[in-house]
Amino acid sequence: MSKVILHCDVNNFYASVECLYNPEIRNKPVAVCGSTENRHGIVLAKNYIAKKYGVRTGEATWEAKSKCPGLVTVSPNYKLYLKFSKEVYEICKYYTDRIESFGIDEYWMDVSESIVLFGNGLKIASEIRQKVKNELGVTVSIGVSYNKIFAKLGSDMKKPDAITVINQDNFKEKVWTLPVNNLLYVGSSTRKKLNSFAIYTIGDLANCPLKFLIKHLGKWGNTLWNFANGYDFTTVSKIDYVSTIKGIGNSLTTPRDLISNEDVKVLIYILSESIGERLRNHNLKGKTVQLSIKNTHLKSIDRQGKLNNYTYITSEIAQKAYEIFLSSWNWSENIRALGVRVTDLIVNGVYTQLSFFMDDNKREKLESIDFCVDRIRERFGHYSVCRGLILTDERLKADPAHDNIIFPVSYFRNS
Amino acid sequence: MKKTFIDVIVKYTKEGNKIPLEIIWTDSRKFSIDKITDIKKASSLKSGGKGIRFTCKIMGKKVYLFLDDDKWFLET
Repeated sequence: MSKVILHCDVNNFYASVECLYNPEIRNKPVAVCGSTENRHGIVLAKNYIAKKYGVRTGEATWEAKSKCPGLVTVSPNYKLYLKFSKEVYEICKYYTDRIESFGIDEYWMDVSESIVLFGNGLKIASEIRQKVKNELGVTVSIGVSYNKIFAKLGSDMKKPDAITVINQDNFKEKVWTLPVNNLLYVGSSTRKKLNSFAIYTIGDLANCPLKFLIKHLGKWGNTLWNFANGYDFTTVSKIDYVSTIKGIGNSLTTPRDLISNEDVKVLIYILSESIGERLRNHNLKGKTVQLSIKNTHLKSIDRQGKLNNYTYITSEIAQKAYEIFLSSWNWSENIRALGVRVTDLIVNGVYTQLSFFMDDNKREKLESIDFCVDRIRERFGHYSVCRGLILTDERLKADPAHDNIIFPVSYFRNS
Repeated sequence: MKKTFIDVIVKYTKEGNKIPLEIIWTDSRKFSIDKITDIKKASSLKSGGKGIRFTCKIMGKKVYLFLDDDKWFLET
């Protein structure tokens, strides 16, 4: 028996929530934008009226405003969005125990086993749609299909507040006519490549010989071909499924460009403090430090280095990251964003190789200091205690560990 | 209409339910709730927001009283 999978997508999530809470802007073009002063000034979400003016997600706020002069811009309120996201999740949970979130506003649900109780996929979908609309005041579009990929395509087809069913009988006319870049994991460069082989629609891709695709796209050719033909058998994970953490990282776009080694040092320490705190919270230690640097033209490089021993000490992570930075950046350009990441994790307490050349007593002391700082911050707030270094520029100050935002994780995390 | 939060006198039952008994308007006039006819989750498109909606009868008039995150507001 084939599976019944729903993909539930909240329409214009951020903008819908803002419009719900501010009835006075409901009939105006609205865009939720990041703060321009901190240079996160891009459109994060927009409502349908703004969409009509051609406002696109991801473009700069000024660009959007020039397209649509009366545009109302709202700054995001992530706490509220997370609350809504949780409420949608609660509604979905009523119907199945197999729910997997994809970002903050999308859910996959496997209801194969619940259709006995509730009827069929379409019926469950319409109940969820109605419930979300009545109880939360936002709309969802739902795709009903027999695999995750087609369900996702279905939820994108009709918007807002709609349901699309794609089954084995109609997927050829519904899915195969869509442009190939609608498919998950076909981005602009893959699209260009496929277009150069005269593959324009998902149908073209599905009917293309598999060997040809593997030859030109490698492993991805196989994956995409399976996606296009509906041979995607990945399961929807259970609600209590927690994926193992592979790395912990933070990145930050700074309010002003970084122009000197000192600036970079400040930021690296801010990021490392956040990462250190998170590692200690999860009781994990890491050995590899990765640094990503983005210049003012949004080009980025990634470099990594290995530590001598597993650690969650803030200063060791920061020193390593700074070392990597000094050896990989020549200041031909200024820096707009920095990211630090610690991977190669083990659970603290696992026996590790000690070194003759490291002062382990000192390391123990450093660990205690870090734990002490964590406790002070927990009780009196993040900014109650900080490094002198960070005071050199107030504008760079930030608390990435607690202003954290969730991004979609990989589709393949179960496999 | 602007969304205004109001003070409410609430009875907590032993099951942990909250039942509003009396609302106190912004000018500190008090109105007792005569009857609650319906309780369910709902959004309020008029006032902007969502929460648990109590359909109440106050002085013979039907009003919606919302509870959102421990704060109460009225949709008239």
